[in-house]
Amino acid sequence: MSIVVYIEHSKGKVKKTSLEAVAFAKALADQTGEGEVVALALGTISSDELASVGGAGAAKVLHASDPKLNDGVIQAHATAVAQAFKSVVAKTLVLAKSSLGDAVAARLSIKLQAGLVSNVVELPKTDAGYSVKRSIYTGKAFAETQVTTENKILAIKKNAIDLKLDDSKATVEEFEVTLSESDFASKIIATERATGEVLLPEADIVVSGGRGLKGPENWAMLEDMAKILGAATGCSKPVSDIGWRPHHEHVGQTGIKVAPTLYIAVGISGAIQHLAGVNSSKCIVVINKDPEAPFFKAADYGIVGDAFEVIPKLNEALKAEL
Amino acid sequence: MKILVCITHVPDTTSKIQFTADNTKFDATGVQFIIGPYDDYALARAVELRDQTGGKLTALIVGEVETEPTLRKALAIGADEAIRVNANPKDSFFVASQIAHYAREGGYDLILMGRESIDFNGGMVHGMVGELLNMPSFSPVMKLELEGTNVKMSREIEGGKEILEATLPLIAGCQEPIAEWKIPNMRGIMSARTKPLNVVEPVSNETQAEVSRYELPPAKGSVKLIDKDNVAELVKLLKNEAKVL
Repeated sequence: MSIVVYIEHSKGKVKKTSLEAVAFAKALADQTGEGEVVALALGTISSDELASVGGAGAAKVLHASDPKLNDGVIQAHATAVAQAFKSVVAKTLVLAKSSLGDAVAARLSIKLQAGLVSNVVELPKTDAGYSVKRSIYTGKAFAETQVTTENKILAIKKNAIDLKLDDSKATVEEFEVTLSESDFASKIIATERATGEVLLPEADIVVSGGRGLKGPENWAMLEDMAKILGAATGCSKPVSDIGWRPHHEHVGQTGIKVAPTLYIAVGISGAIQHLAGVNSSKCIVVINKDPEAPFFKAADYGIVGDAFEVIPKLNEALKAEL
Repeated sequence: MKILVCITHVPDTTSKIQFTADNTKFDATGVQFIIGPYDDYALARAVELRDQTGGKLTALIVGEVETEPTLRKALAIGADEAIRVNANPKDSFFVASQIAHYAREGGYDLILMGRESIDFNGGMVHGMVGELLNMPSFSPVMKLELEGTNVKMSREIEGGKEILEATLPLIAGCQEPIAEWKIPNMRGIMSARTKPLNVVEPVSNETQAEVSRYELPPAKGSVKLIDKDNVAELVKLLKNEAKVL
């Protein structure tokens, strides 16, 4: 018996969130005695990179290397994962929440007759029944969810587990997938990605700006800070609504929900809808010239001051220290 | 062209979330309920596509009688008829099973809903319905254009988007900027009162993952303020105290 983990990769590297899913599965397998962790990777990626997934706790990586799987075609990926799940006789599938992962997991839940829990924030309690804690109300609350099916799927939230990597190597095996034409009923014509190195939903540090920055031309200082910190940039809803920043940088209730270790908000007042997108952050820093800004109530550290004075100084201080 | 739009009845985004009955029930006291914001985008786009193709638009909700005003609002915004599956939406699988059953019965060409409900945030129902009906499903969809039976979409991915092509029938979980939210006008509100709203019973009672207990996050400690002329202090605290650098 094994736990299967569906891992995603981008630019030749396994995503960090997928490594977290592997580490989560390993801790779960140790707890429930479900055997070893088998990761499944789809599409073109090097065997060396896949072997390194052993460092997060996978014993084996199944690699369905068919280049037709390079594009994230939802149905084709769901079919491939279902075949791997059945082939290793698993009862549990673990994956990291993502745009593709969520869509694939939902279809798999039906294919595998598996109860699916998303936004999982910690290891399930399995001593009596199967109780999974997940984040709900966009981070404003948690729910204990009882899974009653024999097969289970857990879509985990970022930072659900502390990721520690070692030098262990997993064995990598080619995995043959049988795909039909109907799996490719939709076609991905093009993919457009932001040029930035760090993707917002996966970033460990996020630097966000709001209307307090007064115009898109003033984002350079935030981009400087992001570069110094290796951070992704985000923004508030009004900023993306006016078109100062692209929609995929909008952090909040109806935008991207982030869970970085450090979130720095500059010139954002902290409307409840914005807080809903950031309340899973480990540490929040707020910089705002209005001492009454509601965001300060949700912050760990704050500076009351004008962003145009504070940020350049802060960038210098960060550069000196890092 | 028959379009189905599925909506949820959820607390307003500004609601303070609280629980009662020893943390086993949502406390609806003083909470205003709305059409889920993502469902509102789906509904707005569905109305536009109905107008474009001259078809029929049905709005569906899985919910008990208190959700009816929310469903009437969908009629006021432009849906032609409504279906209420008379049941408490116990989990995603339960909801998807009801939608799949009534969608099969209605023979819809296009099924739209929000990318996720803002109460439980699962974002699974569209994919489950897709698999149950053997139809392709896409989410989160930011753009959806129809040309005959060809559909052009853009789907949000981490840090960008994918441009996709598919053919009807299909299911999409929607988000902004697929359409602008529509506010019902007086004529819409008047006509919504007489549009058909059919109440039907759930087809199965099966669930897979029900909530047993709720919990609120621990209260946040108070903020540590740093003088604006001493930003180096902030860097030190982030490094040595919070240990996040």
